[in-house]
Amino acid sequence: MNRLAQVWVYIEETPLLWLALTLCVFWLAQQLYRRLGEFPLLNPVLVSVVALVVILAATGTPYEDYFDGAQFIHFLLGPATVALAVPLAGQARELRRYWRPIAIALSAGSITAVASAMALGWLLGLDSQTLLSMLPKSVTTPIAMGVTEQIGGLPSLTAVLVILTGITGAVIGIPLLRLLGLRDPVAKGFAMGVAAHGIGTARAFEHSERAGAYSGLGMGLNGALTALLVPLLVWLFGL
Amino acid sequence: MIGSLATLLLFQLAGEIVVRLTGLPLPGPVLGMLLLFAALLARGSAPRVFNDTSRGLLNYLALLFVPAGVGIISHLSRVADEWVAIAVTLIASTALAMVVTAFSLRALTTGRGE
Repeated sequence: MNRLAQVWVYIEETPLLWLALTLCVFWLAQQLYRRLGEFPLLNPVLVSVVALVVILAATGTPYEDYFDGAQFIHFLLGPATVALAVPLAGQARELRRYWRPIAIALSAGSITAVASAMALGWLLGLDSQTLLSMLPKSVTTPIAMGVTEQIGGLPSLTAVLVILTGITGAVIGIPLLRLLGLRDPVAKGFAMGVAAHGIGTARAFEHSERAGAYSGLGMGLNGALTALLVPLLVWLFGL
Repeated sequence: MIGSLATLLLFQLAGEIVVRLTGLPLPGPVLGMLLLFAALLARGSAPRVFNDTSRGLLNYLALLFVPAGVGIISHLSRVADEWVAIAVTLIASTALAMVVTAFSLRALTTGRGE
């Protein structure tokens, strides 16, 4: 019994437990997602976050203790963000050819995503920190979290809002655009990437290769533009 | 592969340093991404191992969001208080952004022999 207590003391102090558990939970969530036909609401990130929150709450573990282990995974977000340049550079030819329509559609979509969230959130009386955390919701998580940190929101809240935005876009995107009579895979894909980042892009790839490529392009470009746009709008409106 | 990882980290480091020196309103890794994008365009093509390592890392991108996402545990009461406004804002704003982007691009590219 004494030995068991010693083992527990060791486990509690090492980052090993929560690091291993994060990987296990994510692996299981991914298996679940694949087995059940990639149903969007079973998004592995969403399922993993919910499962880990339940485990932490049930064991009374503070988030700080969990993060001591999980930070090794979190650290890789930085280099992964840098790596987004690689698929983007793969689209360089398309980008040169259609740079003008792409730049205009990107600006229109990016401003709509941020300004409509700002206006609606304000009208519906969102708390200012919730509102700030929501502004970069359409871009990929590492960028969105960096932006939120800079403007004084809550990066962990942003991480969850971004994932929920991606899931929303993936679920409603293609049916909505089809309903409005849009058939062009390029416009569909690009819009999915601009409004719903990586999760939207994954969905666009299921639709067609071409839509997926343009979605990746939209996601990368909007990431960069939103990082500039959000601090500017926050400054302009004095939030 | 070590060289590729080192390259990614060095671009991130360069981004972080430039952001701190200039006070640019950008996250360091995002500037790192833009710098790498410019470098890849200037160079024409990257070594295959570099592309493979980068894509390998991006294959696990979803996993990397999990530790930060679990941080929601510190904000559960905030979400419980504001979930209706959060849901309406999020869904309406995402739908609007998507429609505006898609129709702008279509309007600007029709008749270009696509």
